[in-house]
Amino acid sequence: MGGMHGMGPIEPEQGEAVFHHAWESRVFGLRRAMGAWRKWNIDVSRHEVELVPAADYLRMSYYERQFAAFLVLLQKRGFITADEISTGAPASGSSAAVPALTRDGAAQMVVKGVPTSRDVPVPAKFQFGQEVRAINVNPVGHTREPRYVRGKLGTIDRDHGVFVFPDTNAHFLGERPQHVYSVRFAARELWGHAAAPRDAVYVDLWDDHLEPA
Amino acid sequence: MTPDPIQSEETEPHHDHDHDHQAIPSDPTLRVKALESLLVAKGLVDRAALDELIDTYEHKVGPRNGARVVARAWADADYKRRLLANADAAISELGYGGMQGEHMVVVENTPTIHNIVVCTLCSCYPWPLLGLPPVWYKSAPYRSRAVIDPRGVLREFGTDVGDDIEVRVWDSTAELRYLVLPERPAHTQTLTEAELAALVTRDSMVGVAKASGKAGTSPS
Repeated sequence: MGGMHGMGPIEPEQGEAVFHHAWESRVFGLRRAMGAWRKWNIDVSRHEVELVPAADYLRMSYYERQFAAFLVLLQKRGFITADEISTGAPASGSSAAVPALTRDGAAQMVVKGVPTSRDVPVPAKFQFGQEVRAINVNPVGHTREPRYVRGKLGTIDRDHGVFVFPDTNAHFLGERPQHVYSVRFAARELWGHAAAPRDAVYVDLWDDHLEPA
Repeated sequence: MTPDPIQSEETEPHHDHDHDHQAIPSDPTLRVKALESLLVAKGLVDRAALDELIDTYEHKVGPRNGARVVARAWADADYKRRLLANADAAISELGYGGMQGEHMVVVENTPTIHNIVVCTLCSCYPWPLLGLPPVWYKSAPYRSRAVIDPRGVLREFGTDVGDDIEVRVWDSTAELRYLVLPERPAHTQTLTEAELAALVTRDSMVGVAKASGKAGTSPS
């Protein structure tokens, strides 16, 4: 939604609590705990949130969206059924055979994280300082190339190394590791002459999002 | 965003549907509790792990971590150099890192450059250093406007950035997580590192504000 108008004022809250309701914290924890089963990856779960219908997406709070997407994902990946959600009771014989993430496992997950860089020798297609164009594509599925940079000219500001490619990973189509760059786009290239002349937006893009200018 | 029939069924369970959805409480508290009980009953979730995850981000990890990193960089020029060159290594020197901070980048504010961080796609944010993001950071107004009107956004936060200063917006579209190294306030030469850390607000590390000249103005 970068660059869209009409979303209303930004409303910072003084002394804001981390969670506004206890159920939000449970949604947060449940998503991480279930993620440990590795039946989806972070890109799949992000894409599921994007699949919340647009009008609902804008109406819902952050954790309402996360909960709605989580319920769908749990069913798509075969963890629970609609009947189980209705009745609240597990179908007989459906319990997990392997122990769930433990407290120690959770603590490890927090400390270690889930790195998405990949130590594979993939050559960089672009070099520091090179002029590039963000490709003009409009895929139906998940992409990390925001609409507001498509077709725009930018400059490679830095090469962050090789990372999983979410555009395929979000659809279980493989990690396709490739270089990620911070690409500098002049504000005027993106928004026209009303933008401040020296300002710029830096966007992280993968090799497959870019072509030589 | 594509409409998804399964999704609609789950989020709006009252329409033309065979099942009796009266069993699903509409109150999110009850719905989430029901799901948690189901996942626990199926052996898919251990409540001890759940509590650990929640407790960590509700009580242990927050902007004080980032403030320590910033204060160290202000106090120690060599640390600052390492931080800007290889943020992951420098941040781990202070014992921080992990989930949603696996790949960190620190960008420095100077007298001629002001940096501001956003995630237009959703809510990416450096958890190990700032904790979980506030609602405004994840909201449509901030996500939509930060890239097209950063100066307007900064003004709303009470932050004046002159025309002679270059504003750089960092859109966190990949797994890199950005932290702004704010400018060290004037007249702080005599302060200890701990006193410096008290000047560093969360908002100054997102880049919507500057580090304050006085301690105690920071939200937690």
